[in-house]
Amino acid sequence: MAKGVMIVAEQRDGALRKISLELAATARKLADQSGDEVSAILLGSGIEGLAAQLGKYGVDKVFVGDSPAMEPYITEAHAAIVAKVVKDNDPAILLMGASVQGKDLSSRVAAKLATGLATDCTDVKIADGKLLAIRPMYAGKCFGEIVTNSNPAMASLRPNVFPAVENAKAGAVVKVDAAVDAASIKSKVLEVQKDTSGKVDLTEANVIVSGGRGMKGPEGFSILEELAGVLKGTVGASRAAVDAGWKLQKDQVGQTGKVVSPNLYIACGISGAIQHLAGMSSSKCIVAINKDAEAPIFTRADYGVVDDLFKVVPELTAVCKKMLA
Amino acid sequence: MNIIACVKQVPDTEAQIKVKADGSGIEEGQIKWVMNPYDEYGVEEALRLKEKNGGDVTIVSLGPARAMETIRTALAMGADKAVHICDPAFDNADAFVVGNALAAVIKTLPHDIILCGQRAIDDDAGQVGAMLAEALNLPQLTLVTKLDFAGSSVKVIRPIEGAQLLIETSLPCVVTAQKGLNEPRYASLPGIMKAKKKPVDVKNAAALGIATEAKAKVAKTIPPPARAAGKIICGEDPVQKAAELGRLLREEAKAI
Repeated sequence: MAKGVMIVAEQRDGALRKISLELAATARKLADQSGDEVSAILLGSGIEGLAAQLGKYGVDKVFVGDSPAMEPYITEAHAAIVAKVVKDNDPAILLMGASVQGKDLSSRVAAKLATGLATDCTDVKIADGKLLAIRPMYAGKCFGEIVTNSNPAMASLRPNVFPAVENAKAGAVVKVDAAVDAASIKSKVLEVQKDTSGKVDLTEANVIVSGGRGMKGPEGFSILEELAGVLKGTVGASRAAVDAGWKLQKDQVGQTGKVVSPNLYIACGISGAIQHLAGMSSSKCIVAINKDAEAPIFTRADYGVVDDLFKVVPELTAVCKKMLA
Repeated sequence: MNIIACVKQVPDTEAQIKVKADGSGIEEGQIKWVMNPYDEYGVEEALRLKEKNGGDVTIVSLGPARAMETIRTALAMGADKAVHICDPAFDNADAFVVGNALAAVIKTLPHDIILCGQRAIDDDAGQVGAMLAEALNLPQLTLVTKLDFAGSSVKVIRPIEGAQLLIETSLPCVVTAQKGLNEPRYASLPGIMKAKKKPVDVKNAAALGIATEAKAKVAKTIPPPARAAGKIICGEDPVQKAAELGRLLREEAKAI
């Protein structure tokens, strides 16, 4: 009978990504309700040492597939190994990250296992002995409670939502064969073009400072960069600012951009079109700075300042700098 | 070149989404339906591939009768023909069922490349491309922002967190389109007129011979959690307001 909670850990360049710890801690919490085991799948090359860190966050057993064939990530290769380890060990629940890689992999694995997958969940719990996965739909305009009757019940977890709590377990390494038939792998990564700006991706940022039409032009964003710099955050933009060519597509927050959930979201000169509100409503604390007191963004804000952002933002930057000094 | 583009009809991004009182779904009465924006990028890329390399573009869509409007839009943009999978048996389909249904149709058509949107903006699952690729045993390239076709393979750019990857894959393959891939064209008036005469093959579940039972079920649809009313920081002086905001964020919200 299917039993236990399994996660697929994600690493990049030999380091575990934060989502892996969030997955481990969440799996631990679910498994403890039934006294079950938490296991993890860790794939890559030269990564066996990372298993101990998963142990620290609550993983009992780590299936390590350490092979040059596992680096860099290729969907077909990783999906084949993950599906095999899952079939061999029959977990009741399989969790992955809703990161770019996790979304790509989880869908392929679910197809291979012919099971159900709830993408980008913001909450998971056990109800009637089964996984109940809660996820935003319509970019958060409503939520769905997802139940899967096949095994394993799969869910991918939205980064930055689930706490990574330490809870030391064995993290015992079980080596698995991660060799793949090279002929079956049709895709090849030719080049990794790294973003050298050092900016944290919006989907993983703790603090986002976003600008909209009220920034008046690309130059206006420099004051947001300064505030983000002090708060160790990332600058985002509304669709209006992206469509105007002031910011890049990858910076867009909203229904047709990135759906984000930082601890702090500061919306500057953003009126709050429904598509934008949908993309940032799951942020923990929302601040709106806008001249227009009637702007819809204020309906979602925890703190609002109705004033000229070009006066308020630099001052806020100075205040924060002083507080954090 | 045989090009397939999959499209889904979804509520317009402007749509207010109201949950039915019994939690069985959303109220559809007031909704304006459009082609999923990410699918538009897929259709546009399909048309550009055809314009450059010759061949034809087939649209495949699963949806209720109203989805025909979206299929006609894709045909008006320039696609050649379409298959509409239409059956109430698919009303509660999940990505697994949809992926298999699309695959069952595409298996019967010549295909060099299959384009889908990276996700549909209604259920936001983002699984169909991969489900379809697995069902057809093809490689998948998800979240693509640039595509170059070179004879028997494609090279694509795929953004990940903090980097972008240049990936090469042999054809046939499944590509899911991300915003940035292209700027979709509008259907022209002659295009709209021509679309009315283009062939659309309507198929039901029995014709596909696949299971229609969803693996992942939406047991209940619920409204988003309510947010407590916020605080508007009052005053005349922007400097003082900024100071008060900073203090509240640090001391009350503990967000700094």
